[in-house]
Amino acid sequence: MSLVNYIYLSAILFAIGSAVVLVRRNAIVVFMGVELMLNATNLAFVTFARMNGQLDGQAIALFVMVVAAAEVVVGLAIIMSIYRARRSASVDDANLLKL
Amino acid sequence: MSSFPWLTVLGAVPLVGSAVVALLPKGLAGRAREIALGFALVTLGVAIAAATQFQTSGGSGQFQLVEKHSWIPEFGVSYALGVDGIALVLILMSVVLVPVCLLAAWNDVPETGRRQQGYFALMLVLEMFIIGVFSSTDVFLFYVFFEAMLVPVYFLIGSFGGEQRHYAAVKFLLYSLVGGLVMLVAVIALYLYGPGGSEGFLIERLTGLQIDPTAERLMFLGFFFAFAVKAPMWPVHTWLPDAATEAKPATAVLLVGILDKVGTFGMIRFCLQLFPDASRWATPVIIVLAVISVIYGALLAIGQTDMMRLIAYTSVSHFGFMVLGIFAMTTVGGYGSTLYMVNHGFTTAALFIIAGMLVQRRGSKFIPDYTGWQRITPVIAGVFLLAGMSTLALPGLNSFVSEFLVLVGTFERYKAAAIIATLGIVLAALYILLWYMRTMTGPKPEQYAGTKDMSHRERWVVAPLVIVMLGLGVYPKPVLDVIRPAVNTTLQHVGVTDPPPSIGTTAEGSTK
Amino acid sequence: MHTLITLASSEPAATSAATGVTSYAWLLLAFPLFGAALLLFGGRVLDKAGPMIAVLLSWAACVVGVLIAISMMGADPSDRSHTLHLFSWVPAGTFDVNASLLLDPLSITFVLLVTFVGSLIHVYSLGYMEGDSDKRRFFAYLNLFVAAMLTVVLSDNYLMLYAGWEGVGLASYLLIGFWYHKPAYASAGNKAFFANRVGDVGMSIAIMLMFVEFGRTDFAGVNAAASQASEGILTAIGLMLLLGACAKSAQFPLQSWLGDAMAGPTPVSALIHAATMVTAGVYLVVRSHVLFDLAPTAQLVVVIVGAVTLLYGAVVGCAKDDLKKALAASTMSQIGYMMLAAGLGPIGYAFAIFHLLTHGFFKAGMFLGAGSVMHAMDDQVNMRRFGGLATLMKITWVTFGLGWLAIMGVPPFAGFWSKDKIIEAAFVGEGWRPWVFGLAALIGAGITAFYMSRLFFMTFHGKRRWTDDQHPHEAPLSMTVPMIILAVGSAGLGLILGPTGIITSWLEPVVGSAEGGHEPVLSVPVLTVLTLLLVAAGIALAWWRYLRESVPVVAPVGSLATRAARRDLFQDDINEGLFMRPGIHLTRSLVFADNKGIDGGVGGLAAFVGGLSARARRVQNGFVRSYALTMLGGVVVILGALWVVQ
Repeated sequence: MSLVNYIYLSAILFAIGSAVVLVRRNAIVVFMGVELMLNATNLAFVTFARMNGQLDGQAIALFVMVVAAAEVVVGLAIIMSIYRARRSASVDDANLLKL
Repeated sequence: MSSFPWLTVLGAVPLVGSAVVALLPKGLAGRAREIALGFALVTLGVAIAAATQFQTSGGSGQFQLVEKHSWIPEFGVSYALGVDGIALVLILMSVVLVPVCLLAAWNDVPETGRRQQGYFALMLVLEMFIIGVFSSTDVFLFYVFFEAMLVPVYFLIGSFGGEQRHYAAVKFLLYSLVGGLVMLVAVIALYLYGPGGSEGFLIERLTGLQIDPTAERLMFLGFFFAFAVKAPMWPVHTWLPDAATEAKPATAVLLVGILDKVGTFGMIRFCLQLFPDASRWATPVIIVLAVISVIYGALLAIGQTDMMRLIAYTSVSHFGFMVLGIFAMTTVGGYGSTLYMVNHGFTTAALFIIAGMLVQRRGSKFIPDYTGWQRITPVIAGVFLLAGMSTLALPGLNSFVSEFLVLVGTFERYKAAAIIATLGIVLAALYILLWYMRTMTGPKPEQYAGTKDMSHRERWVVAPLVIVMLGLGVYPKPVLDVIRPAVNTTLQHVGVTDPPPSIGTTAEGSTK
Repeated sequence: MHTLITLASSEPAATSAATGVTSYAWLLLAFPLFGAALLLFGGRVLDKAGPMIAVLLSWAACVVGVLIAISMMGADPSDRSHTLHLFSWVPAGTFDVNASLLLDPLSITFVLLVTFVGSLIHVYSLGYMEGDSDKRRFFAYLNLFVAAMLTVVLSDNYLMLYAGWEGVGLASYLLIGFWYHKPAYASAGNKAFFANRVGDVGMSIAIMLMFVEFGRTDFAGVNAAASQASEGILTAIGLMLLLGACAKSAQFPLQSWLGDAMAGPTPVSALIHAATMVTAGVYLVVRSHVLFDLAPTAQLVVVIVGAVTLLYGAVVGCAKDDLKKALAASTMSQIGYMMLAAGLGPIGYAFAIFHLLTHGFFKAGMFLGAGSVMHAMDDQVNMRRFGGLATLMKITWVTFGLGWLAIMGVPPFAGFWSKDKIIEAAFVGEGWRPWVFGLAALIGAGITAFYMSRLFFMTFHGKRRWTDDQHPHEAPLSMTVPMIILAVGSAGLGLILGPTGIITSWLEPVVGSAEGGHEPVLSVPVLTVLTLLLVAAGIALAWWRYLRESVPVVAPVGSLATRAARRDLFQDDINEGLFMRPGIHLTRSLVFADNKGIDGGVGGLAAFVGGLSARARRVQNGFVRSYALTMLGGVVVILGALWVVQ
C-alpha cells in the first residue's frame, strides 16, 4: 500500500473537519471538527516523516498532540462557562466578538 | 573637562522626582507639590552647574559634556548625549520654566491624592524627556525621546484639560504621530545611507555624507515635515489652538513654550546639518511658508475671541519668524532664531500664565467677558502689559533683539520676505493692544470688584519671567555668546557664508 | 542746487571718548529710569512720596545735562563730540551693536530741552494731578518717558535710537490712555501706537538697509560709508527713515493720531505731544543729514511732507472748537515747518532745530496754560464755553499771551527769529521750488496768526459763555511758576539765540553751516514785511470774526470747508475705509477659513478614514463560523497562488 493513500486519508479527514466547523452550530460539535483537523494534520506529519525517513514530523506530531490536549482543556472550559451563562452551546449565540 | 555625566544626572533628577511623587506614601501625599517643586529646583541647580562646565570658546568638537555608551549595537544605536550652545540655552530655558509651571499649576488639581500626584509626576517626566531630546547626539535616541514626549503631554491634556480635552488631546497625538512616523522612515533610511556599524546613528557619523540628491531630499522632507508639525507652521498648525485652549495654562506653557521648540531645534540640528544640499534646495518654499506663517498667524490672532487661542496664534506667527531666521542661512538670522526660541519660551509663558490667572478669576476665556480689569487687578494688568509688549517685540524687552536679528539676517538674502515679515510688527501691535484694551480698559467691572489681585504665590510665578524679559532685553550678550559658535558650526556644515555688505566695513574713520 | 548742498554739507567732526563730567552722561538715563522702576515696582508705599521722588530725579538729570553742556561750551568747537561706551548690547557676529552714547552739540541741545521742559512739567503735574488717585503711576510714566526720550537723542547708533523711539511711543501710549476707564481714551492710545508701528516698519527697514549696505548701524560708520553708496539706496534709506519720522511727528499721511492723543492729561500733551516726542522726527532727519544730503529725492519728499502738513494742520486748526485739539493741529503745523526746514538741506538744519527749541517753549507754555484753563473750568475744553477769562486768570492770560505772540512770529518774540528764518530759507533755490514751498510757508504763517488769535480771543476775551456752575480761579503756585518760566523762554529765547548767531555756530560742528551766497528769490526785508503783513491780516480777521461779533455757544453748521476741517479733512474716514474695514473683513474671513478650510480639510480626512473603518467594521459580525470561513478562504487563495506560481 502506497504511503500516498495516507495523505489522501489525511486530506479527506481535514475536509470533513473543516466542513463540520463551518456548518454545525453546536460548539461541542465544532470542537470535534477542530480535533479532526488537528489529527488529520498529525497523520500528514507522520506520513511525511515516514516518506523522508526523518523523525522531525513525528516529533512535531507529538507537540501538536500536547497542544491539542491543552486546547481541549481550555476550549471545553470556555464552552462550559458560555453554556452556564446562556443555557445554549450554539456558536451563533456567542457573537459578541465584534466592535 | 571632567568626565562627570552631567547630562545623565540632569535627566535622572526629574525622573527620580516623578517616581517619588507618583509613589508617595499616604502620609506624605499632601506634600506632593512641594516635593515636585523641590526636584525641579534641584534640576535647575544641576543645569546651572553643568552650564558652568560649558566652554563658550575653545571647546573641542561640536558637542560638549559628551557621554557615549553602546545601547543596541546591532542597529547602530548608542546612548550618546552632548550639548552645543543651542541645546544648552534651550535646556536652561526649559529647566527655568518647569519650576515656574509647577508653581503656576499649584491649584490646578486642588484635592490631594493620586490624581494630584499624577499631574505633577507627569510634568516631571516631561521635563526628563525634554532634557533628553535636546541633549541626544544620536538620531535614534533623539527619535525615541521625540515620540516619548507625546505620552505625558497626551495625558496632561486628555486627563486634566477643559471641556473638549479628549478631542484636543487626540488631535494633538494624531498630528504628532503622523509627523513622527514620516520621520521614522527618514531615520531608518538615513541609517541605511550612512556608514552603518554599531555607532551608525551618531550625528557626527552622519554629518557630511555624500548621498544621492533625490534620497537626500526625501529624507530632508521626512524630517522637516515632523518638525514643521511640531513647530507648528502654516498649514499644519491647527492642532495648536485646540491643544493650547484645552490644556491647563501650565501645560500650555510646557507645550508651546518648550515642546514646540523641538521643531525649530530639530530644523537646525538635523535638517540643516545632515542634509545641507537638500536644505538649500528647499529654502525658497520654506521661506514662503514661514512668511505666510508670520502674517497668517498674526491676522488670525487679531480675529480671535478666546484668549488661549489668541496666544496660540501669536505663537504660529512667532514660529514663522524662527523658521525664517533658520532658513535665511545667515549667521545673524541663525543667532536671532536661536535667541528667539529662548525669548519666546519666556514671553509666551508669561502670557499663558497671566491669561490663566484671569480665567481662574473670571471663569471665562472669552475676551468680551472682560472690561476694565486694570482697575481691580492692577498688578496682573501691569505684568500682562509687560508680557504683551515683549510679545510685540518692544525694544528693551527680550523679543526685540531676536526678532530684529531674524529680520536683519533674512534681509541680507531675501529682501522681499524680510519686508513682508516686517509688516508683522504692525499686526503684532494690533493683536496685543486690542486684546489689552478689550480686557483691561474701560469702566470698572463692579460685579467683580472684590476680585483678589495677584497672590504671593503668583508673584513668585511671574517674577522670574519678568526678570528674564527685562534682563535679556537689555543684556542678551551672555546668551548670544553661547549661541554664536554653535550657529557658526551649523552654517559651516551647510556650506554658506554671509553676503558681505555692499560697502566695505573697512571704511576709514570708523570707530567701534 | 544739488551740488551746492553737497558742497555745503561737511562731514561731522571726529568724535573722541568721553572724559571728565561727560563720562557721567549715563546718569542722564539712569536717574529717570531708576525713578520709573522705583515708582512702578515700589507699590502703594510710594503713593505719597513717589511724585516728589520723580520730580527730583528729573531735575537731577537736568543738572547733569547742564554740567555737560557747560563743559562742552568750554571746549574747542572741534572737540565737542564725544562717545561714551556703556556695554555691548547685541554682539551678534557681524551685526554688533553697542549701547553707547553720543554727546555732541545737537544731542546736548535736546538733552537740555527735554530735561528742562520735562522737569518744569513734572513740577506742574504736582499741582495738576493733585487729586488723582493714580498719581504714582502717572509720574512713573513721565520718568519713563524722559529716560526713553534721552535714549533717542543720546544714542550713537540707529538701533539704540530705535529702542528709545519705541520707548517714547510706549510712554506716549501709556499716558494717552492714562484715564483708561474711558474707552475712547484707551482707543486713542492704541491709535497712536498703531500709527507709530507703521512708522517703525520704516525704521526697521532703514536699519536693515544700512546694515546690508554698510555693515554697521552707528552714526559714524554710516556717515563715513554713505558717500560710497548709490543714490538709489540712500534715497530708499532716507524715505524709510522719513516714514518713521512721519509717524512719530504726526506728519502727513500718518498724522491722524495726534488729535486723539489729546485724551491724555494736559501736562502729557505739553511735554510729549508738543515739546519733545513729536519733534523726534525732525531730530532724526537732522541727525541723518549726511544721508539726506546725498539723496536729493528723499530731501524733496521731506520738504513736500513738511509743506503739506504745515498747511493741513493750519487748516484743521482754524475749525476746531476743542482747545487742546486746536493746539494739537497747530503743533502738527509747526512741526511741518521744521520738517520743511530740515528737508531744505544745510541752510535749514540749524533753523529746524532752532524752531524746534523755541516751539518747545512756547507750545509747552500754551498747553500748560490750556491745562490751567481746564483746571479752572472743570475740565471743559470747548472754547465756545470760555470767554472773558483774562481778568480772572491774569497769570495764565499773560503767559498764554506771550506764547501766542511767539508762535505768530511777532517781533521780538521767539517765533519771529526761528520761523521767519525758515520762510526765508524756503524761498531759496531755483525753478518752481522756492515759489511753491516759500508761498506755502508764507501762507501758513498767515493762517497760523488767524487760528491762534481765534483761539486766544475765544478763550480769554469776549463775553463769558460759561455754564452756570463754573467758578474760574487762578491755578496754584506749582502750576503757575512753570508757566511763567516757559513764557519768559517764549519771549526771550529767540532774541538770545537767533540774531546773535549762537544757535548756528553751536550746531555747526554737527550739521555743517550754510555757506553764504544763498539769496532768497525775494529779498529778505520784503519777505519779512510780507510775513508781518499776513500775520497782521490774520489777527485782524480773527478779531473781526471772534471778538467784534459774538461767538455762538453752539457751533454753526458752517461752510463745506469748515465742516471738512472739523472732521480733520476726513483723515479718520479715509483710514477707516482704506485699512480698518477691509482689515476687519480680512481677519474675519481668515478665521472662518482657518476653522472651515484648513482645519476642516484635516477634519474631513479624519472623517473619511473614520467612515472607511466603519464600513470595514461590518465584516466583523461576531459569528465564529464566518471567521473560520474567511480563514479557510485565505488559505485556499494562498495555496492556489503558490500552485499557479509554480
